[in-house]
Amino acid sequence: MAIALKESEDFYLKDFREFEDRQAATAPAWLSKLRSEGMQAFAELGFPTTKLEDWKYCNVSPVAGVRFVPAPYELTDKIRKQVKELPFAGLDCTRMVFVNGHYAEELSSVRDLPEGARITNMARALTQEGAVTAHLGRYAKHRRHPFVALNTAFVEDGAFIELPKGVAIEKPIGIIYVSAGGTEPWVAHPRNLVIAAQGSQATVVETYLGIDGGVYFNNAVTEIVAEENAHIDYVKFQDESESAFHVATMLAYAARNAAAVTNSIQLGARLGREEVTTVLDGEGAEAYLYGLYVTNGRQLLDNHTAIDHAQPHCSSREFYKGILDGKSTAVFNGKILVRKDAQKTDSKQSDKNLLLSEDATINTKPQLEIFADDVKCTHGATIGQIDPESIFYLRARGIGLEEARKLLIEAFASEIVDHVKFEPLRKQLKSALLAKMRS
Amino acid sequence: MLLEIKNLHANVGNTEILKGIDLKVGLGEVHAIMGPNGSGKSTLAQVLAGRDVYKVTEGEVLYGGKDLLELDPEFRAREGIFLAFQYPVEIPGVNNTYFLRAALNAARKHRGEEELDAMDFLTHIREKIKLLEMDETLMNRPVNEGFSGGEKKRNEILQMAVLEPKLAIMDETDSGLDIDALRIVASGVNSLRGKERSIIVVTHYQRLLNYIVPDFVHVLSNGRIVKSGSKELALELEEKGYSWLDETVPVSERA
Ligand SMILES: Nc1ncnc2c1ncn2[C@@H]1O[C@H](COP(=O)(O)OP(=O)(O)O)[C@@H](O)[C@H]1O
Ligand SMILES: [Mg+2]
Repeated sequence: MAIALKESEDFYLKDFREFEDRQAATAPAWLSKLRSEGMQAFAELGFPTTKLEDWKYCNVSPVAGVRFVPAPYELTDKIRKQVKELPFAGLDCTRMVFVNGHYAEELSSVRDLPEGARITNMARALTQEGAVTAHLGRYAKHRRHPFVALNTAFVEDGAFIELPKGVAIEKPIGIIYVSAGGTEPWVAHPRNLVIAAQGSQATVVETYLGIDGGVYFNNAVTEIVAEENAHIDYVKFQDESESAFHVATMLAYAARNAAAVTNSIQLGARLGREEVTTVLDGEGAEAYLYGLYVTNGRQLLDNHTAIDHAQPHCSSREFYKGILDGKSTAVFNGKILVRKDAQKTDSKQSDKNLLLSEDATINTKPQLEIFADDVKCTHGATIGQIDPESIFYLRARGIGLEEARKLLIEAFASEIVDHVKFEPLRKQLKSALLAKMRS
Repeated sequence: MLLEIKNLHANVGNTEILKGIDLKVGLGEVHAIMGPNGSGKSTLAQVLAGRDVYKVTEGEVLYGGKDLLELDPEFRAREGIFLAFQYPVEIPGVNNTYFLRAALNAARKHRGEEELDAMDFLTHIREKIKLLEMDETLMNRPVNEGFSGGEKKRNEILQMAVLEPKLAIMDETDSGLDIDALRIVASGVNSLRGKERSIIVVTHYQRLLNYIVPDFVHVLSNGRIVKSGSKELALELEEKGYSWLDETVPVSERA
């Protein structure tokens, strides 16, 4: 492989060589090939710059400029204790816990699985034959996307979920990434794959929690496949440490009459970029994309979504909301592609923002590309402040000004969080939100 | 005297809307304020509740002998002032029951009473909901969101019944109500009448006053109270129409 890299990207190549050597003995040939492709692609693409339309408002030079070491796996008693105290640990559900990107079996609990279902960590799934070979890397486009490329080069651990035909798992399946900053900045590349066979159903919650501050970088990729009539409800919750970087690329693929629901809630990180792409690739497929971003201080949170209406008679509903405070910046870019044959597409998109500070900035942009003629597509974006009439109504009933503001902000947020069906989880999310808004 | 309004002037921006109001409301009295559209009835009601878009430029308001105007709206409410809004505000995402409990507990806390938990609160309001023949499912919905005009008004009166104010100001509570609803709302209000509670009923029409019979009637026109009298004044107005008032405007004010 002859690659010319910019200096700042050079250490990724060096780390890749070492990683490759370490993996050489155990990695199957297909995986080595996939990783090499990833590295090759990253070398060619490099880190994106703000000259690229898709990265216009998202300057990743702070990420590119840091020498990150591969994430160390240190499961200390302190971390053990902190993980036990996490609200999410209290939910009585299947959960896979990762510490700095590495699977922590002793903190995880995978049991009572229905017959034929497989829930395991990616490192293990990669050594076994099966669906992972057929699906990994098929949806996320490492050749075109630098962060997916980087993730693919270093793919090692994450969550693997495979649901057999017709099986429904009622309680959510938790994937919890706990990150503790160390003495050196580190990077992890979590990789998740969810395969829902015909008619199966599950709710998955992918959570990122920073517990010890520090500079680190989670570069995650999640691929979700919903086969015919499958229903996947996917919640992604990002509450990283305030000096952390978080880039996540999620691809959901929905076949005929399948439904892919994503709900992405971003609170943490100094710089957070989240891409959600849903491909509706069979008649009658449905996409629901919900999202909430809450920023303060000097945070930058970027949401890039894309819905690909590739087949006729599909519907998509997209509702995002932002709450911005301090000198923060948020981005919403919602692309909707309706391909030539995707007649009878029914699509609705909205992005509503609540500005709590005059110094906060929101860049919101719908991006409709419609090539079919018989379609229904609506979109809208709003930016507003807290409604003074509502504040007065609450105060006129004896509710104090601060309390009234809090109530209205919470109410604004809850319209998104309420789409999380599992009540204990919804409660946890709400209290995390409140904690953030109080900070 | 529970409420004393003296020479009250209030502006929106540079426009004067209230042009010197004088009004005294004693404990246990029911006063009706009538007047044509745009005469300043809602402005007066909102100024009393503490809405800050209206700037008081002159005059004073004493409530229980104390300066009312220096209090923030939430403290006025906790001290027993209740405004039933002409246009109740829809608040998506805030549960109606939660809201009402928060309001009641704010007042209870202010009075040094114990706050009510969710269970006790439900017991507390159940009877009042029944009395107002209110659809109980409205309590599980966001405040006023998607409520019909009549449902919104009933919700206001429910809040009043639960908060048990000392001074209730009802701004056009009759508008948007059909005759059955009007009767129910009026009987709800009447059940709250008593010597410990004063009520100001603001209305455009005389109709409501057949059900809530006032002790005094005042006519507001162009930011001033131009006539005061007993309940018969309302009937006279009904009969002669508001144009009759033009003759009562002081000569100096005529164009
Ligand atoms: N917030 C406001 N901004 C501008 N003008 C207002 C505002 N509120 C009231 N006004 C004006 O003040 C006058 C009195 O209004 P209002 O008090 O609502 O009358 P009423 O309730 O008697 O119909 C009207 O001319 C109205 O247009
Ligand atoms: Mg009015």
